[in-house]
Amino acid sequence: MKYLNEYRDASVVKKLLSELGSIVTKPWMLMEVCGGQTHSLVKNGVLNMLPDKITMVHGPGCPVCVTPVSMIDQAVALSKRNDVLLCSFGDMVRVPGSSKSLMQARSEGGHLQIVYSPLDAVKLAADNPQKEVVFFAVGFETTAPANALAVLQAAKLGLSNFSILVSHVLVPPAMEAILDDRFNTIHGFLGAGHVCSVMGMQEYHPLAAKYKVPIVITGFEPVDLLQGILMAVRQLEAGNATLENQYARVVRETGNLEAQAVIQEVFEVADREWRGIGIIPQSGYKVREKYRQYDAEQKYTEGIAPSLPHADVGCIAGEILRGIKKPAQCPHFRKTCTPLNPLGAPMVSTEGACAAYYHFSQAYESAVSPI
Amino acid sequence: MDTPSERFTLAHGSGGELSNQLLEGSVFKLLHNEFLQKRHDGAVFELSGRLAFTTDSYVVSPLFFPGGNIGDLAVNGTVNDLAMCGAIPKYLSLSFILEEGFSKEEFTTILSTIRKAADAAGVLVVTGDTKVVERGKGDKLFINTSGIGKVHPKAAIDADNIKIGDKIIISGPVASHGMAIMSVRQGLEFESQIESDTVCVHKQVLELLDEFGTDIHFLRDPTRGGVATVLNELARQTQLGMAIAEQQIPVDAQVQAACEMLGLDPLYVANEGIFIALVDAGVSENVLKTLHKATSKQLAAIIGTVVAEHPGQVVMQTEIGGRRVVPMPSGEQLPRIC
Repeated sequence: MKYLNEYRDASVVKKLLSELGSIVTKPWMLMEVCGGQTHSLVKNGVLNMLPDKITMVHGPGCPVCVTPVSMIDQAVALSKRNDVLLCSFGDMVRVPGSSKSLMQARSEGGHLQIVYSPLDAVKLAADNPQKEVVFFAVGFETTAPANALAVLQAAKLGLSNFSILVSHVLVPPAMEAILDDRFNTIHGFLGAGHVCSVMGMQEYHPLAAKYKVPIVITGFEPVDLLQGILMAVRQLEAGNATLENQYARVVRETGNLEAQAVIQEVFEVADREWRGIGIIPQSGYKVREKYRQYDAEQKYTEGIAPSLPHADVGCIAGEILRGIKKPAQCPHFRKTCTPLNPLGAPMVSTEGACAAYYHFSQAYESAVSPI
Repeated sequence: MDTPSERFTLAHGSGGELSNQLLEGSVFKLLHNEFLQKRHDGAVFELSGRLAFTTDSYVVSPLFFPGGNIGDLAVNGTVNDLAMCGAIPKYLSLSFILEEGFSKEEFTTILSTIRKAADAAGVLVVTGDTKVVERGKGDKLFINTSGIGKVHPKAAIDADNIKIGDKIIISGPVASHGMAIMSVRQGLEFESQIESDTVCVHKQVLELLDEFGTDIHFLRDPTRGGVATVLNELARQTQLGMAIAEQQIPVDAQVQAACEMLGLDPLYVANEGIFIALVDAGVSENVLKTLHKATSKQLAAIIGTVVAEHPGQVVMQTEIGGRRVVPMPSGEQLPRIC
């Protein structure tokens, strides 16, 4: 904890805010790419402390938010097979598919187990040879190494009853899609710190240069976020557009080469559908041919709906995830769409922009001292 | 060795010879007292004055966890619910729903724990019931306890008594119980083990009532849903605002680290051995002193104030000086992906 507390120091926060206030002269829109950053900004009350000229826009980096409906439907269908035990990360299970979530499927007899690590799912497969264990492998470059490792581990153990249902997406193509959008209003980015801890910084230099946009790779604690914002605003005010690294205590230029090698071994880059955005070319991973026996989509072709792009009725996730609209600008927000009854994914995970706003930034009248 | 006779069968709940063996051999033996000895359909006793009555069911999994087992919870939970009414706990009922195949040895251990916890709390188990359900129809063991207690003569615990300016006090560090359960359930290992804080709190409560009487306006133990849920319920019920300070909320460092790792908010994690007191501002510092005298760790703290602003909402000043709403949870807390 001692490595976290110094990044939550109220006096440092105060200093950073005052510096930010003194250098900002124009209105700037910054996007924090990662859902973990969104969560931290709202949970710590940072958004309300920023100078009025700075607007934070919440990016697409929430894994459960961008996992397409068609993949959730496939996971639901698999969980309903009597021979299958579907394993998933916790916050994925409440995300609605086209008719139901994994949680609802379980209440109807679906076979679902929440796990903390894909390796737990491999262990379940080893311990239950009569069951087909399928791990729902979602997420960005951060979860990819562990998911790839699970495949390698299953291969090493010679397991024939383990596979992964892959819906892996990549950050740089999504940033590019946002920047290419004709409605784009983003002036600068806080890059996703943990994604870069795996993949390194190389992919982002060309992005900053091509789109003339500052990108600051940033961590997740309040001091990290404010430093990242300050670095980005400093660049914008000076007319610069380069890649900087606020999260140097974790992120190296080359990233984690070992993790990258594991990803390379098991996955290859492929087109992927993003919920609310649609198909982005070369924006995710699929399992390489060499490991096809561990690819649930190849293994279970019967009784599973093909992956067809799907639009959520009423949900403006696409505009939310690209930062074009704020949650409160959605007509359903807080009315017909709530965390108990989400119309779309951004209302499910606390990393989702809508749920984060719903939970942490309800209007309250005046600030009173608690003690 | 595990032999069939060491496990429960449906016959243990059928009222015949095996039921009798179970009652005589373990339940009556371990919980022995003058009321149970009558072996009657119910307990007959005298109690007069204002009484408090409560019930709770215990379905925790796993049954055994660092710091206790389901037996501790079944006694302390109900005793604490009585204490939150300002009552001195007296008598408990105790019902078991056993799953066919459950181990008798574990059952005996849990019974011994119940006896120990009841003795520590000064309550008697005076009546009960045992049923066995088919394998697959239960989760090893469910327990229900009901309790009856005499309300302290000076107690006036009522949400209607909460008023603007009241101080919000928490009697000890939050989230320890929930994280102890979570660490076993998920097979997580931390450098040192997190232990549940399950304990009865009525002695602390009675001391407060002796000393401060009607200045103790409200008491609640933040079990399921944690501190955030209790404060939201109170805010909604009273239509007053609850203003709290993150910095003042005591959390054990180990528990905090475990919460960080799993992406959980300690304010929503279940507790067993602590309570929240809303007290008159004038006595709040003295209440704190009394609570500090009662526990070795002295971690009770004033975490906030009841305010007229933001009625129906809990608003927290964050560690870094920001502000945010602490919402009512919308379902069980789920660990985040990354």
